Amino acid sequence: MSEGLLLEVENLHAYIGSPRGVVKAVDGVSFTLGRGEALGIVGESGSGKSVMARAVMGLMPPRSGRTGTLRFDGRDLLGLGRKQLEQIWGTQIAMVFQDPGRSLSPVVRVERQLTEGMRRHLGVSKSEASSRALRLLNEVGVPDPERRLRAYPHELSGGMRQRVMIAVALACEPELLIADEPTTALDVTIQRQVLDLLRRIQRERRMSLMLISHDLHVVAGQTDRVAVMYAGRMAETGASRTVFDHPRHRYSNALLAATPSIEHVRHASLNVIPGALPSPTDPPEGCRFAARCTAATVECTTTQPPMAPIGIDHEVACFHPVHEKEGELVGR
Amino acid sequence: MCASNTGQAAVLRSALRKIGYAALVVLVVTFGVSLMLSLAPGSVAETILGENATPENVALLNKELGYDRPFIVQYLDWLSHAVRGDLGVSPITHLPVTEAILQRLPVTLELAVLALVLSLVIAVPLAIVSAARAGSALDRGISAATSVFLSVPAFVAGPVLIYFFAVQLRVFPALGWVPIEDGLGANLAAAFLPALAAALVEIAAFHRVLRADLIGTLREDFVAAARAKGLSPSYVMFRHAFRPSSFSLLTISALSLARLIGGTIIVETLFVLPGIGQLIANAVLQRDVVTVQGVVAFIAVTFVVVNMIVDVSYGLIDPRLRRAPAARKIARGRSRTVKPVQKKELTA
Repeated sequence: MSEGLLLEVENLHAYIGSPRGVVKAVDGVSFTLGRGEALGIVGESGSGKSVMARAVMGLMPPRSGRTGTLRFDGRDLLGLGRKQLEQIWGTQIAMVFQDPGRSLSPVVRVERQLTEGMRRHLGVSKSEASSRALRLLNEVGVPDPERRLRAYPHELSGGMRQRVMIAVALACEPELLIADEPTTALDVTIQRQVLDLLRRIQRERRMSLMLISHDLHVVAGQTDRVAVMYAGRMAETGASRTVFDHPRHRYSNALLAATPSIEHVRHASLNVIPGALPSPTDPPEGCRFAARCTAATVECTTTQPPMAPIGIDHEVACFHPVHEKEGELVGR
Repeated sequence: MCASNTGQAAVLRSALRKIGYAALVVLVVTFGVSLMLSLAPGSVAETILGENATPENVALLNKELGYDRPFIVQYLDWLSHAVRGDLGVSPITHLPVTEAILQRLPVTLELAVLALVLSLVIAVPLAIVSAARAGSALDRGISAATSVFLSVPAFVAGPVLIYFFAVQLRVFPALGWVPIEDGLGANLAAAFLPALAAALVEIAAFHRVLRADLIGTLREDFVAAARAKGLSPSYVMFRHAFRPSSFSLLTISALSLARLIGGTIIVETLFVLPGIGQLIANAVLQRDVVTVQGVVAFIAVTFVVVNMIVDVSYGLIDPRLRRAPAARKIARGRSRTVKPVQKKELTA
């Protein structure tokens, strides 16, 4: 963090063309990520967090567009051509996808998937790339790595596949690792291990990490800072502990309350957030959470609340933030 | 890890079942064709004796040839010889049918393989370009052009090709066959136009199928992940996307090959090539039941064998299909879109 900012995102919009109109998946998002910092991005399905990850990476689907400012290490990413992006992918920014069963090539052995990036970017010999691949598998905790190098992805378990995927992403020593729901497709027992692995590697390598998840609990324990997204916009950003313990945005608060925890067992039913996400093609004016918010006023439905500081390293886009006391009651 | 005895037994069982099915297919096809031929009016005796033959003479010759026996007896008699490799002797040419097929096979085989290679050489690059730029003007142009090929029948494409390449440009001979013994160059020159005429129809199908499968694969996460490593689009296309997208292409090109070996009657007739197609066309016209039965049996066996080879070769494309024979069902199901296959895990 002391070494300054690695990624600056300002007023980022990412739109995707669809038969039902233009989906405004990311609609004016700003945040920063420091060097060596772990940032969690949280939001429910459809909040735009995955599209944002791809937008930062530059891996957008056909018929889509991005506007805004995307500065990485001082360079404007949006202005780069395909070849320049290929130079950055893998070596500066790397990505781990949600389902390792789908993000590893089914017909290519693990060894090649690990080494092909190194061979291209680092210009290392075949044998050097192989020994590096072996070290990487060791680093991510894959047992019997010599044998695993010769395996095809389907011969590995889900947890092993995701470890391999992480090793692939680390192969060219990126400065930023974007992990898009890296544990969602895994068994619950494996999720913790993979998250701990990501955090350990992030610290050991002093790498920046963008950890995307729908689960605020997952993100809070594994990141320095957290950003809560709702319907393509930022709702709240701040230090993970602060947002987790004292969520101030009504949505973050509801999100935490909706997650069952051990203290909740005596309740008869789970807390749910009533209503659904607003239309992604035709979002409402004002605060996008207004229709589902218990504290919404007329102002909320007409004016978009701006991001405003509410504490130390804590910003929230809400006209009626949760009082700190109130948050403690529900958020815990 | 779990390649146990039960696994091997399953492989053996499935192999035996496949051979059983194959034999059944050949049996049903030859029986059906024999039945239809026996029901058709006219007989080979009329062809041999000419238009002025008396009914008595025709009946006599038919009796001599054994066509007066009940159909089922005739069929079983033919079958008992056929399984021993004896397809009978044509009453018209007095040539053993097996020999007639083997004589003409090199022509048809060369034509079929050449047509397949030509259509793949043209269709595969077009499909790759189309899929890489799906929806673009280039893609639409290629699709439109291949549709034209598809909708032009061989009896139109053939004369057009002859007109341009043989009459106008004089680069290829218009008709006839040059055996390979008379020089490879002359042989290939003679085979090129007929092969191209036969290939045109296949190009559209190959292009469409491969294009659709490639577009499906290119949407997969593993393609995005490969791109995210900073690999170039063309590298990702060939190393990661092409192989998992080629199931349908393999299947339909094998069927095309089998069909082409069965004889492209129109093309062989147009270009006057002494192949299997001409053999069966003449035999049908002359009511030469023995030859027709023999060629049909040969074609049926070809189809069945090619299909079996395709089944085995799925495993060459996708390592996930190398283990269990049951997994091939996945390959069939996968032929349109690539879906994640095995959720089963070997190690925890």
